Amino acid sequence: MKIMVAIKRVVDYAVKIRVKPDKTGVETHNVKMSMNPFCEIALEEALRIKESGLATEVVAVSMGPAQCVDTLRTGLAMGADRGIHVEAARELYPLTVARVLKRLVEVENPGLLILGKQAIDDDCNQTGQMVAGLLGWPQGTFASKVVLDKEKQIATVDREVDGGLETLCLDLPAVITTDLRLNQPRYATLPNIMKAKSKPIKKYTPEELNVEIKSDLEVVQVTEPPKRKAGVILSSVDELIDKLKNEAHVV
Amino acid sequence: MLCVAAGRRKTILETEYRWGVMTNTHRFDPIFKGIVVISTRSAILVRFQRIRKCRQLQQKKLRMEKFRTTRHLLQRSSRSLLDRRLKLNSENSIHSSGTVFTRTCTGYRNWILPACLHPSRDCRGLTEANAMQNRYFGSVAELVQRSPSFSTLDSDDISFFKSILGEKNVVQDEDVLATANTDWMRKYKGSSKLLLQPRSTEEVSEILKYCNSRHLAVAPQGGNTGLVGGSVPVFDEDAREQSDWHLCALVNHSSFVMPLDLGAKGSCQIGGNVSTNAGGLRLVRYGSLHGNVLGLEAVLANGDVLDMLGTLRKDNTGYDLKHLFIGSEGSLGIVTKVSILTPPKLSSVNIAFLACKDYFSCQKLLQEAKRKLGEILSAFEFLDIEAMDLALNHLEGARNPLPASIHNFYVLIETTGSNESYDKEKLEAFLLSSMEGGLISDGVVAQDINQASSFWRIREGVPEALIKAGANYKYDLSLPVEKMYNLVEDMRARLGGLARVVAYGHLGDANLHLNVSAPKYDDKILAQIEPYVYEWTSKHRGSISAEHGLGLMKANKIFYSKSPKTVQLMTSIKNLLDPNGILNPYKVLPHSLNP
Repeated sequence: MKIMVAIKRVVDYAVKIRVKPDKTGVETHNVKMSMNPFCEIALEEALRIKESGLATEVVAVSMGPAQCVDTLRTGLAMGADRGIHVEAARELYPLTVARVLKRLVEVENPGLLILGKQAIDDDCNQTGQMVAGLLGWPQGTFASKVVLDKEKQIATVDREVDGGLETLCLDLPAVITTDLRLNQPRYATLPNIMKAKSKPIKKYTPEELNVEIKSDLEVVQVTEPPKRKAGVILSSVDELIDKLKNEAHVV
Repeated sequence: MLCVAAGRRKTILETEYRWGVMTNTHRFDPIFKGIVVISTRSAILVRFQRIRKCRQLQQKKLRMEKFRTTRHLLQRSSRSLLDRRLKLNSENSIHSSGTVFTRTCTGYRNWILPACLHPSRDCRGLTEANAMQNRYFGSVAELVQRSPSFSTLDSDDISFFKSILGEKNVVQDEDVLATANTDWMRKYKGSSKLLLQPRSTEEVSEILKYCNSRHLAVAPQGGNTGLVGGSVPVFDEDAREQSDWHLCALVNHSSFVMPLDLGAKGSCQIGGNVSTNAGGLRLVRYGSLHGNVLGLEAVLANGDVLDMLGTLRKDNTGYDLKHLFIGSEGSLGIVTKVSILTPPKLSSVNIAFLACKDYFSCQKLLQEAKRKLGEILSAFEFLDIEAMDLALNHLEGARNPLPASIHNFYVLIETTGSNESYDKEKLEAFLLSSMEGGLISDGVVAQDINQASSFWRIREGVPEALIKAGANYKYDLSLPVEKMYNLVEDMRARLGGLARVVAYGHLGDANLHLNVSAPKYDDKILAQIEPYVYEWTSKHRGSISAEHGLGLMKANKIFYSKSPKTVQLMTSIKNLLDPNGILNPYKVLPHSLNP
């Protein structure tokens, strides 16, 4: 069985984000970029499934400008076997990504598609669900535990929901999106980094896949959240009530 | 005996005791050294009479009496509360035991009888103990005697300070004082009764001028992260804290970076860093503070403010005095302003955590790194197997980057440059060739900032892990790179099963942090370590304190790394800048040479 993992190149999690002066977006020039943390977790899960013998190949997919290849190389260094890069210069929104993924799934025929639950730059949390809808596949989102049964061709997924944990049984092929507590991603070791240099990365363009890069969404403005005001230390309960009534208007 | 302090030129009674270490069983073997009597001409007569009396006293005392008297001194003396784990080390060869040396002074104006002559219990204990014979019981600890040339604090002083600093910045609260009096290693505890928090250079100047006139000793303290007891009072010196000097955070927000980065970065302060000439993790790239500090402003002991705050890269006008203050550990002046050369912040930082099978590979790796990585190399650290083990066991959330197997040595290499892909390529080429050459057995390269910080956490967390592991004897040595690990192996052989020898450090600067970790402090362990480690270092012309400084811990050890003539000159400089010796006394220079 083949596993396909979609990974996204985003601004590094530890970088302090700054909004561009013209408010069209976030400053990404000369800023450290790396793999989306949830995508790392997704890739780690795929690798663990492969190491347990339930899968034969892990394919990493990424969409975006030429630098995505760096992120793919990281994925290959972690242990993925092949990479696919879909070159797209413009900004990609979840629905477009979902359409591209659907086409790639039709080409590659994986038994499982694993994604991170959301990207840390847009926090959309839509791509996995949309792909599942487009493909007509079952989906297990916010996975905190995944157990595969090869003979029965099902995946048992523990989902983290608001009320606690929900366990679902999915028929393969299925889409799984990973949550934080699923696993801890491995480091890219030197021998693997060296091996990754020789692993193939196939390039596609959206035209080849018959997908049109268009979006019904347009980002109008990006602003910083309002700065938190300092708290005030009050000296008496009366003052508190006064402030609650007159300033906060909650009483 | 008479304690006489006269005028400017101090004449001090120095009584050196060598204590048995207070072990956990509260046993101590008291050892008494000879009495050193220094007095002026006029006081001689009085002194001789006292000596005769004391000799008579001596003859009467039995060994048990001596024991009782010293305990009496300990209990009664509020001046020298030393933590039971205080380990001042055995004398070096210069100070042979049993010497009585005198020093005459040239003149005096008045003599100030220190408090010990008051008819108090303190004094009596002191007097009786002073009269003891010179006996050496074979222990290795040494006690510093509070210098009677310093006055004690009184209410007038406190009100004066309050008038200068305001009520809030004069702290007498017990809890705050307790924290300020104890050092980071929890080995040294002073008994200062007053903590001052000046907020400006003028305030510092006023305070020092006053303290100088009143002969009140002062211990300057920044973030209190020093590791040699140099940042806490020994007795009741006023602790002077200068907060508000966290420069690093300010600089990092702009597009520049501090050339200094060290494990204590969250708590240390720039004044203290400069005064200690802290080395840190990036010395291999940015050089030491001597090169990066362009200017500073210091307040001398008499309150004079020395403005050497230049921002010029080059200034060859006269003797460059700022270098005296950098690394002086607060004993020549208090640094109040610093001008630092900050390199631009470069975007591409890569870090690799590698494993080597033996020390020779680490050493060769360093040579290769300096050649192949060249200008982008920004840090080269190493840990041995013990250090790694400690870090992983005692640090919360620490994860082994190379869990596949246990390696003997771990090396952390960081590169900083301006071009991400170029740097990565260079680093990977270097790592590949080192791996093929057999220098590296395994390694990981951090793929994002989180992974990078987790690598650093392991290296920077080793001191913390050592403290958590129990008792920790810490040494900071500069040695020739090829010989460095030989010392560690020798120490392991010497200590055997008594304690664990842990080694890590800035391999790029040939700086070894040698630590001995044991479940609890023990005299036997200390005896095996010192003075062997200092002698070993001295034999290889290394430095007994690469970056931590001398502080209180190594004040008497300076001769292992510096010649007597050099130390003599240092003492002259100290006497010139601080004739009353009020700035951070008992530290840096040997106690016998104190004014």
